[in-house]
Amino acid sequence: MVDAEPWASILDIAAGVLLVGGAILSLAAAVGLVRFPDALSRLHAATKPQILGLVLVVLALALSQRSWAALLLLTPVIVLQMLTAPIAAHMVGRAGYRTGDFDASTLVVDELAADVADAGRSDLPGSSDPIDRPVGDAARPGPSEEPPAEA
Amino acid sequence: MSVLIIIASAILSVAAIVALWRVVRGPSTVDRVIGSDVLLTTLTLVVGTEMVATGHTRTIPLMVVLAATALLGTVAVARFVTRPEGTATSTAATGPASAQPDDTEKGMS
Repeated sequence: MVDAEPWASILDIAAGVLLVGGAILSLAAAVGLVRFPDALSRLHAATKPQILGLVLVVLALALSQRSWAALLLLTPVIVLQMLTAPIAAHMVGRAGYRTGDFDASTLVVDELAADVADAGRSDLPGSSDPIDRPVGDAARPGPSEEPPAEA
Repeated sequence: MSVLIIIASAILSVAAIVALWRVVRGPSTVDRVIGSDVLLTTLTLVVGTEMVATGHTRTIPLMVVLAATALLGTVAVARFVTRPEGTATSTAATGPASAQPDDTEKGMS
């Protein structure tokens, strides 16, 4: 792969280094999946390569191609991933909270506890929060009581 | 250069196998969803690495589609994951058969 031009060789080696960096991030996520104790901790590890790892690999691809057309095609990859990855992580985080698959004693702030108490779901974590709210009011619809933190 | 590509491919293979192990082992549905997310991200990185290795750009649209639609399966599963009523908080295991979203559930998600 060594080209006659010195810049081409340097850019190829930089692309290879970026590839290895993205792969190491993916491996770090996999190691976190195995070693972390609960779902929310594993989610923390799993979301690392979704943005940074993909950015590194796309940069490596752009450095190895060295054409504007390839860069134009690669830009929506990053943009779409940055749009969709937080949504997926948010939904999985809500599901992990709802299934109680985490250690509640490690939480610094539990912003969902008040919402859980509002919804009258005594089976969910956080329902033992000492906030004095009417719990289990069936006449009140749940969705209209949701705070704007829902978005 | 080719040595670096071989190293990156080996690391990505190990990451994919470990993520697949998490998908198989669980124990909860949320863990499997997270594992499949990591597996799909690793697949996207493998597609990019293969393009760098062989010097073509034909599979960039595949990367675009993967980046745009990776959240659909995750959201669809995470939307309907819940615990059966009356179980203890510490039990994390739940299955698709026990997912019964009600109106409160829709408000929560």
